[in-house]
Amino acid sequence: MSGPSAVRAAKNFLDLDPVELPAELEELRREVRAFLHDEIESGRVTPHVDQWLAGWDPAFSRRLGERGWLGMTYPRQYGGSDAGALARFVVTEELLAAGAPVAAHWIADRQSGQALLNFGTEEQREAFLPRIARGEVFFAIGMSEPDTGSDLASVRTRGTRVDGGWQIRGTKIWTSGAHHADAMIALIRTEAPTENRHAGLTQVIVELPDPTVEVRGVRLLTGEHHFNEVVFKDTFVPDARVLGKPGAGWSQVTSELGNERSGPERILSTLPLLVEAMRWIAESGTQVSPARLGELYARLWALRQMSLAVAGRLQLGEDPAVSASIVKDLGTQFEGSLIDAVREMVDVEPDYASAHALPRMLAEAVLHSPGFTLRGGTNEILRGIVTKAVGSA
Amino acid sequence: MNEIIEALTKAVSDACRRHPSVPTGPGGPGEGPAWNAELWSALDDIGVLLLPVPEDRGGAGGDLATTVGVLEVLGAESAAVPFGENALLAGWLLSECGAEIPGGVMTAAVAGAELGISRAGDDLVLDGRIARVPWGRCADHLVVLAGRNVMLLHPGQYEIHHGANLAGEPRDDVVFETASIGDAQIRPLRDDSPVDDESFAARTALVRAALMAGAARRAFELSTAYASERQQFGRSINRFQTVQQYLAAMAGEVLLCKVSAEAAAAALDRDAEHGGSAATAAMVAVSAAASTVARTAHQVHGAIGFTEEHSLRSSTTRIWSWRDEGGGAGTRAAQLGARVVGTGADGLWPSLTV
Ligand SMILES: Cc1cc2nc3c(=O)[nH]c(=O)nc-3n(C[C@H](O)[C@H](O)[C@H](O)COP(=O)(O)OP(=O)(O)OC[C@H]3O[C@@H](n4cnc5c(N)ncnc54)[C@H](O)[C@@H]3O)c2cc1C
Repeated sequence: MSGPSAVRAAKNFLDLDPVELPAELEELRREVRAFLHDEIESGRVTPHVDQWLAGWDPAFSRRLGERGWLGMTYPRQYGGSDAGALARFVVTEELLAAGAPVAAHWIADRQSGQALLNFGTEEQREAFLPRIARGEVFFAIGMSEPDTGSDLASVRTRGTRVDGGWQIRGTKIWTSGAHHADAMIALIRTEAPTENRHAGLTQVIVELPDPTVEVRGVRLLTGEHHFNEVVFKDTFVPDARVLGKPGAGWSQVTSELGNERSGPERILSTLPLLVEAMRWIAESGTQVSPARLGELYARLWALRQMSLAVAGRLQLGEDPAVSASIVKDLGTQFEGSLIDAVREMVDVEPDYASAHALPRMLAEAVLHSPGFTLRGGTNEILRGIVTKAVGSA
Repeated sequence: MNEIIEALTKAVSDACRRHPSVPTGPGGPGEGPAWNAELWSALDDIGVLLLPVPEDRGGAGGDLATTVGVLEVLGAESAAVPFGENALLAGWLLSECGAEIPGGVMTAAVAGAELGISRAGDDLVLDGRIARVPWGRCADHLVVLAGRNVMLLHPGQYEIHHGANLAGEPRDDVVFETASIGDAQIRPLRDDSPVDDESFAARTALVRAALMAGAARRAFELSTAYASERQQFGRSINRFQTVQQYLAAMAGEVLLCKVSAEAAAAALDRDAEHGGSAATAAMVAVSAAASTVARTAHQVHGAIGFTEEHSLRSSTTRIWSWRDEGGGAGTRAAQLGARVVGTGADGLWPSLTV
């Protein structure tokens, strides 16, 4: 992720071109749609809102794996399909738009696998990537801590050098899916803090479950259990499970950001709600303001084009961190404004336990909305990144 | 605020502190208590349960402005009691018929399209349902507005199907199966009574706006406190200009909520007919403002505010529910807009100054 192109992309945020999807990807899109239609018709999948956080369904993930729709950016030698970032974009946006349960593999497929490809040893890649691509191994991200939120460099979880590896002690929090995951990539401090706050951090792979790792559920305000507190009580991590170079954790973590922040999941978390509202509007003969709906639709169209354009950069091996931050800032705000637009158009009280799809999805969307603009770096921090970049452009 | 309101709201807020309500979630109260009966009897002791009902009907003869002061406190405290339904709706409907107000907890609803009403001699027969009645299961009496009649119904006459709003407050379907309602339970409204479905909706709007004003204030207070405690990048997050801007923006919306709810109450006190527009305007304005407060409060709190353990949710899940109860945001804004169109160009400004 270095070289002149990355520098250029970082310096000029306007340097982002629209991408036209190659015609052959439309064939792929048709396949995914047919598959999803079948999954929903057969009752195996029920559409919900925010399924990349909430829809943990390992069997569904395995069915995607069988079709080659996981690990699409990984080389074939590691079990991937090497289809590229744009093909992955098509598959993931179809899954999200349908409200399919993608949480189990989401982190592993998007992020952990990519990190293993970029920084992992040959042994690590072989150990994990083929199983990620089959939907058999799921990952969690251990970055945040009780006193470390936006200020990621302040992590306190400590790795102490011991014979053959590191002994780690400390607490991670908000770790999505850690109670189901087979492994987590944790960012820990392996050297005493110095003037350079970004030095001395290391990424390690902790395989789960582990008797020295306590995973405690932290319930969302809905009562759902998706994220956790994870306590390392002198957990041993062998050298073979250090990811990349000890001490290089910061640059490794920040190089994932383009990938983490720009995807369609930053725009489409609530789209199933709009689809359901349109169904309801048609069936009930409700009058809606075409102008309001038109504005919403246009914003969605534009944001999708931006996300797609970033995927185009990723395909070229660049890390467009600034554009990605913009996509996430605007996209996650859109996810919230979609809810308000639906509330204006349909006269339905949100009802979490409703047997009807629309009141239930409205409740899910409203209750999950606080997370959209927090997870993966808050919008304020994103704007800070953008400010810095445009200030120095 | 005058001294009477001040003393009253202080007594109510002390009662809320002494008898805190158990937090509930979107699944409803579950095995826990559906409402706060101890707080209810404390409010009874203070003498506010029928605060705005005329004294000759057994109430305290207070005005709506005072009642809204109490609602704001209950909203801030996330109090699990049907105060608005009892005092402002059921008590009002019955007193508008000149009827005796019974003891016990009351809630109120409009009959609505899903309830079939037929005559059988002197009796009425009810079939069908009234959906999402606030606190339905807690009520000893259900007061239903049906055209120019008010019915006083009892739990034996209907079934309750449990439902809840996002905060877990009971919103129950009340279901009737050929229920016979005797003459004694049916009271006609006074001939000169202004009560109709629209004025019922306006009062509901006033209740929700006042509760939201309280909830928004609490969400704001929690946010300022948290922003001064939470440290990131070596300082409290309230040292960051962005967070300061958020707190300032929230303060503005919180003030707008309070003034709107209180002004609408005063308008209804002055003029029951035109005051309805003010209540609708307040509801539309407060819904939007309180939504902004809820969103910003969560943003300031980061992940911790998104958890079941944190009390912020008690305020925000209530705002997210109340804003859409008794008519969705779009419906109400559209009603208001239609009224504005109806008044015409020359009527626009005068309609604002009544
Ligand atoms: C649903 C969900 C899932 C998550 N999953 C994971 C996961 O799997 N793994 C993981 O490691 N983490 C996860 N997180 C945590 C997430 O990354 C953090 O919530 C995020 O980084 C913010 O940290 P915080 O919540 O501690 O907020 P804080 O950093 O305490 O921020 C509080 C407020 O202050 C603002 N603020 C802070 N610093 C500044 C500044 N310098 N300038 C302006 N404003 C500032 C913030 O923007 C925010 O509004 C998850 C969070 C959510 C909500």
